[in-house]
Amino acid sequence: MAVIMYWEAIRRAHDEEMARDPLVICMGEDIGVVGGTYKATQGLYDKYGPDRVIDTPISENSYTGLGIGASFLGVRPIIEIMSVNFAWLATDQIFNSAAKVRYMSGGQLTAPVVIRSPGGTAHQLGAQHSARMEKVFMGIAGLRVVTPSSPKQAYGLLKSAVRCNDPVFIYEHELMYNMKGEVPDAEYFHPLEGSEVARAGKDLTLFGYNISVHWCMQAAEQLAKDGIDCEVIDLYTLSPLDRAGIKKSVSKTHRAVIVEEAEAAVGVGSEVMAIINEECFFELDAAPLRVSAANVPIPYNHHLEKATIPNAKRVVETVRKMFGK
Amino acid sequence: MNAADKKRLLREMLFARRFEERCYEAYVERKIGGFLHLYPGEEACAFGVLDAARPGHDYVITGYRDHIHAIKCGADPKEVMAELFGKETGSSKGRGGSMHIFDAKHHFMGGYALVGGPFPLAVGMAKAIKLKGGDEISICFLGDAANNQGTFHESMNMAALWELPVLFVCENNLYGIGTRIDRSTAVIDQYKRVHGYNIPSAQVDGQDIEKVHEAAKIAIEHVRGGKGPYFLELMTYRYRGHSMSDSNAYRAKEEERMWGKRDPIIILRDRLIEAGEISMDDYKLMDDEVLEEIENEVIKFAEESPEPKVEELEKYVLGENDPYVRGGAR
Repeated sequence: MAVIMYWEAIRRAHDEEMARDPLVICMGEDIGVVGGTYKATQGLYDKYGPDRVIDTPISENSYTGLGIGASFLGVRPIIEIMSVNFAWLATDQIFNSAAKVRYMSGGQLTAPVVIRSPGGTAHQLGAQHSARMEKVFMGIAGLRVVTPSSPKQAYGLLKSAVRCNDPVFIYEHELMYNMKGEVPDAEYFHPLEGSEVARAGKDLTLFGYNISVHWCMQAAEQLAKDGIDCEVIDLYTLSPLDRAGIKKSVSKTHRAVIVEEAEAAVGVGSEVMAIINEECFFELDAAPLRVSAANVPIPYNHHLEKATIPNAKRVVETVRKMFGK
Repeated sequence: MNAADKKRLLREMLFARRFEERCYEAYVERKIGGFLHLYPGEEACAFGVLDAARPGHDYVITGYRDHIHAIKCGADPKEVMAELFGKETGSSKGRGGSMHIFDAKHHFMGGYALVGGPFPLAVGMAKAIKLKGGDEISICFLGDAANNQGTFHESMNMAALWELPVLFVCENNLYGIGTRIDRSTAVIDQYKRVHGYNIPSAQVDGQDIEKVHEAAKIAIEHVRGGKGPYFLELMTYRYRGHSMSDSNAYRAKEEERMWGKRDPIIILRDRLIEAGEISMDDYKLMDDEVLEEIENEVIKFAEESPEPKVEELEKYVLGENDPYVRGGAR
């Protein structure tokens, strides 16, 4: 099993799918000649040419719509939106066209597009380049939302997303492209639904997704020294959320803390809490808690930025509070 | 266009007119709900362009005033009416409604209700056609007001940049909902707006189907010939309000009278009578036949069709049993 970077895993998935099927194309800003801001399409332009590796104008809504229209005729576009902040502009086509076309055509048309975009707060990029938009996408019927926390997931989720007949939004992270991890040498398809037990434990469940899985893992190690044995659940599917997996873990540990990079309101944490409430309220030994970002546009100043976004230390503090330590 | 074609198109346009008028009645009877945007007055646009194209073969997309485009592409009028009645037998199984008629097997790729939304979808279909090497073209019908959306400019740019086989048909009915074009739009002649993208264009009388057909032939030859996109502006007028909830109080009576005299069906009918191809009695007989077909076949089918089952409410949101959702077929 090779150890490769997150971006290399995404690139490999592109390459394999494009080599297999001439109707798989990729498109986005600077993805061709430049090879992608995060190198996710590096070398593909030379290999597959400008008709299949398309450098688009800076017109997020319409080039996304173009990919969606092409998908009606059987093309399988992998659309890169350079930053999730720019995906706000494309939400018209993603929500109104891709997510709804199967339903409003009574199943006649499907939009098998993949839209990849990195979100999250990197380093001092300011309010308009630091959005965390997962909460917006996960509330839309007809759209699948997945978010890889490792190179293996980044590879396997993209492979499955390209082959799936539903529109899939893949929420990546700007700080994770250089993360290393093991990826199977053989072709691998990651499920688009479900969740993973990243660490088994018995005293409490930490729910994370994407970068926050790593904060949860660091916190779990720290808490193990205090004698608190945490389970970490990786919610790689944000829509539909894995109700059964959430119920199973909380029924075992009887405590839950949800860790999210985004602001608390109307987010992953509030949704997971609602599911716990609906599925296994009487299993709880304590009220679930959230570790979320401050409700502010992301500040430029690095002290303020750091104070906005959660980290492993805040997860540890929250868990200790729950145990009265 | 020969006399037989003209007679056929006269009947097709008359059918479209009576179909839409019957929709109006059904709406008043509360058989049709929601929003209803009707096409009377604009018939020569859809029929003139699509008769010059290859309906059922070329891919067609439009906005929410979509019943007639679907029918001309080959959709069964009974299924379109059943859709308006919200029935399971409707073209979109009662899930779409008036603004979302689809008939994928006849390459009618839908009615969309966000103004300007279909522009990029149409360009995307053209991209797919080019990639697959087919001889179809993509045809996008939208109104003049859609040209004030960002998608218009973004899509024109990409269509021209990549020389994609797409024909944009602008049905310029002079109003965006209730606002007259000169109050919303800096450049009144819409065909001029694509010059900035090096897209060839023309403006013709949208009430005269022969003129529309002739202009469409030139446009389609250009697009199908691999020369890239074309933009055709058709000057037309809708005889009813924007939708059924529109009081239509914003238009001058004199303007309505003037355009009323330029009815595309009457223009073609009178031309055929003058040429001795049909008589007024022939026309009346044709009208009676059309009305009878609509009542006895189309409305009857819609009335008698079953409602969708509530148990199937969530069907069609996502695909069913997609193996890759579980990580591939193992």
